[in-house]
Amino acid sequence: MSGWILPKSLRRTGVLGMNRRNVVYIGRYNEREKYPLVDNKLTTKLIAAEAGLAVPDLIGVVRTQHEIAQVRDKLKDLKEFVAKPAQGSGGKGILVVVGQEEDQYRKASGELISLEAVQRHLTNTLSGLHSLGGRTDVAFLETLVRVSPYFDQFSHEGVPDIRLIVFKGFPVMGMLRLATKSSDGKANLHQGAIGVGLDIGTGRAIQAVQHNDLVTQHPDTGADLSAITIPDWEALLHLAARCYEVTGLGYLGADIVIDRRRGPLILELNARPGLSIQIANNAGLLPRLTHVESLDTRKMAIEDRVAYALENFAHDTIRNLGRTA
Amino acid sequence: MNQSGPFLFMVLLLAVAGAGAATFRHHTYSIPWMPGTETQIWQVEARIQFTADGGASQVYLSLPPNQKGFAVVNESAASSGWGFSIEQGEEQRRAHWTQREALGRQVLFYKLDIAVSGDDTWSMAPPQTTPTMIWDEPYQTAVSHLLDTVMPITADAHTLTTQLIQTLGRTPADQNVTLLASAYSRVDLLTRVLQTAQIPARSVQVLVLEDGRRRQGLTEYLQVWNGESWQLYHATDGEVSGADNLLLWQAGTPGVLEVLGGTSSRVSFSIIGQTRSALLLAQEEANDLALSLYNLPIAEQSMFKLIMLLPVGALVVVLLRVLIGIRTSGTFMPVLIALAFLQTELVPGLASFIIVVAIGLLIRTYLSALNLLLVARIATLVVIVIMIISIFSIVSYRLGLIQGLTITFFPMIILAWTIERMSITWEEEGPREVFIQGGGSLFVAVLAFLLMDLSVVEHLAFNFPELHLVLLAVMLLVGRYTGYRLLELKRFGAFKT
Repeated sequence: MSGWILPKSLRRTGVLGMNRRNVVYIGRYNEREKYPLVDNKLTTKLIAAEAGLAVPDLIGVVRTQHEIAQVRDKLKDLKEFVAKPAQGSGGKGILVVVGQEEDQYRKASGELISLEAVQRHLTNTLSGLHSLGGRTDVAFLETLVRVSPYFDQFSHEGVPDIRLIVFKGFPVMGMLRLATKSSDGKANLHQGAIGVGLDIGTGRAIQAVQHNDLVTQHPDTGADLSAITIPDWEALLHLAARCYEVTGLGYLGADIVIDRRRGPLILELNARPGLSIQIANNAGLLPRLTHVESLDTRKMAIEDRVAYALENFAHDTIRNLGRTA
Repeated sequence: MNQSGPFLFMVLLLAVAGAGAATFRHHTYSIPWMPGTETQIWQVEARIQFTADGGASQVYLSLPPNQKGFAVVNESAASSGWGFSIEQGEEQRRAHWTQREALGRQVLFYKLDIAVSGDDTWSMAPPQTTPTMIWDEPYQTAVSHLLDTVMPITADAHTLTTQLIQTLGRTPADQNVTLLASAYSRVDLLTRVLQTAQIPARSVQVLVLEDGRRRQGLTEYLQVWNGESWQLYHATDGEVSGADNLLLWQAGTPGVLEVLGGTSSRVSFSIIGQTRSALLLAQEEANDLALSLYNLPIAEQSMFKLIMLLPVGALVVVLLRVLIGIRTSGTFMPVLIALAFLQTELVPGLASFIIVVAIGLLIRTYLSALNLLLVARIATLVVIVIMIISIFSIVSYRLGLIQGLTITFFPMIILAWTIERMSITWEEEGPREVFIQGGGSLFVAVLAFLLMDLSVVEHLAFNFPELHLVLLAVMLLVGRYTGYRLLELKRFGAFKT
């Protein structure tokens, strides 16, 4: 645990605080009517797919109890799939099936369950067991993401994902989230997952933190975290940058996974992305945000924005940016 | 921060409007700023007796003029069979009783409640031109001698009056003084001598207010115009100032009591002094105001006393969350818990809250294994909370702990939701987060309670509802605060270089 910091020094490092994020960035750049686009994972998926963004393929949607009976036909030939609630909170209600053995389904944990158990899970999802506030929900089935083998040594269970903060279409900061044993396989930073700050210019690791403390090795696998370089980095930035046009949200967090066959896929979008990414990057968001605000972005295409970000938000050029902003 | 000009203006407007309205009401309706402020009240009863002739009869009683230091709270007349009205005379008001055929002994009452007030808003009318005094001999000579000795050693109305009072009271008495005193009463003499010196003076009737006095008469005092205001003098003791027990009843002519159609009339006064809550007094006066919380039935008023405290609690939540960054379980749950603390007192409230939530969480762990749907789960929790509370009450009553019974003041649904939310947090984010949020909630609740429990806060919130505009202004201002939260200084402590 590190000590306290004076507000003056914190402002000098350009760290974005919760209040400023809410009032100035989320309040001003994210229109409330666009929230449902990202609060509902199915909607996000559909509009993203429609716009041609890479997402895990949709197998089917279950909207009514009646449709659950028909699920049997759909699942018959599927070896692996993921069932998700559209409005699930905190990763709840996600059923990952990795194989089929004699009418039994094998879960990611290795446990075997029957078709009836899968159907019961879907019924629970529809009646709102997994959604925030208990609202009735919709379930959908999608293809299982097979994470690129590159990450095998860096993660304990769970899917490592990359969070990018996209401001007005510019990817401004990135972080790789790695599940650990103490985070119970979840990629949630305040539960003990590791956050690895990523250099926007190269996709290389800057530093890694767990519980706000610097770490250099993965506590479970012992892998050297500083060696990480995200493959397909430019394609990944490209994918994130396009989310701006698709959702219309000026300040958003894009969660991206890297599939071994298809490359970067959009997993989820977030209209209120957290602030811990700054700790993982050892840099504040404010200089980059104010820098983007000062640009005339109207004539910049997606390619221009990504190129601009690669050049200007790289880790070694950031220092100068901080001085000019 | 564009538009921040109009925004700040609006905030300022709200704050000024709130504070201004409160100040206005404080001054206009004398609602005290502080609770427990007491006002001295004098209840004066004037009793008029006379024997009526049998014909038409009219009675006039001078009523005390508005004067510095006193405010009339209430007045009434009790006199069956008599017509009663209050007339505005030239100098002061008069009570007027009338009856067409009155015979025999008559008793009339006039009751007056006056409050001692610090307000100094009223001044008595300045005197008309002083009439030239005419003295008969040998008094003319005596007065000239008297003035000749006193005048050179005085400077103004005040010193002249004081010197005259001293000279008249001196023993052995001067020859001139003895002569004059044999013909005139002391006050009358002083008045005439002062008027001879071209100084406006008059004799006034004063009621000495003293608790428990009965059949009291009026006392004659001297009033002298010092050029700016009327100054009161006692005929032998000299100047009177700052006395709050002297009620000026009658200044100038005609007499205090005037009876037409009756004989052997006399008026006497009974006085009772008491202190009364300044607030109650203001509420009585506010009765004629259509738009006032005081007009609600008492039960609703006590309801509003609680309701008006809610914004105070809400402000505490806003400040602690936005400025400090304390995490609570449920945004305004702490305020509702604080409201419950107001009924249960702090320590028993805290203890019973923690016990109920802890037991509830324990049972909820079992419920989550059942995989119930949310609504059913909450409903189950409500029943469980009620059962815990019943058992808790019975056990603590058996043990002789009366405080245990106040647990019923906690809102059951809120308790059930708190348990539910904490349990979900436990499952999703771990026990550490539960303790952070639970501790944060209790901290905010205790702070809100301590503030709402202050009698000053309760008093201001209920009696000056317009002060809520000021709270609103503060909330709006905090709502636009973009600086760091206090706890973020720790969260981002790693940036220290």
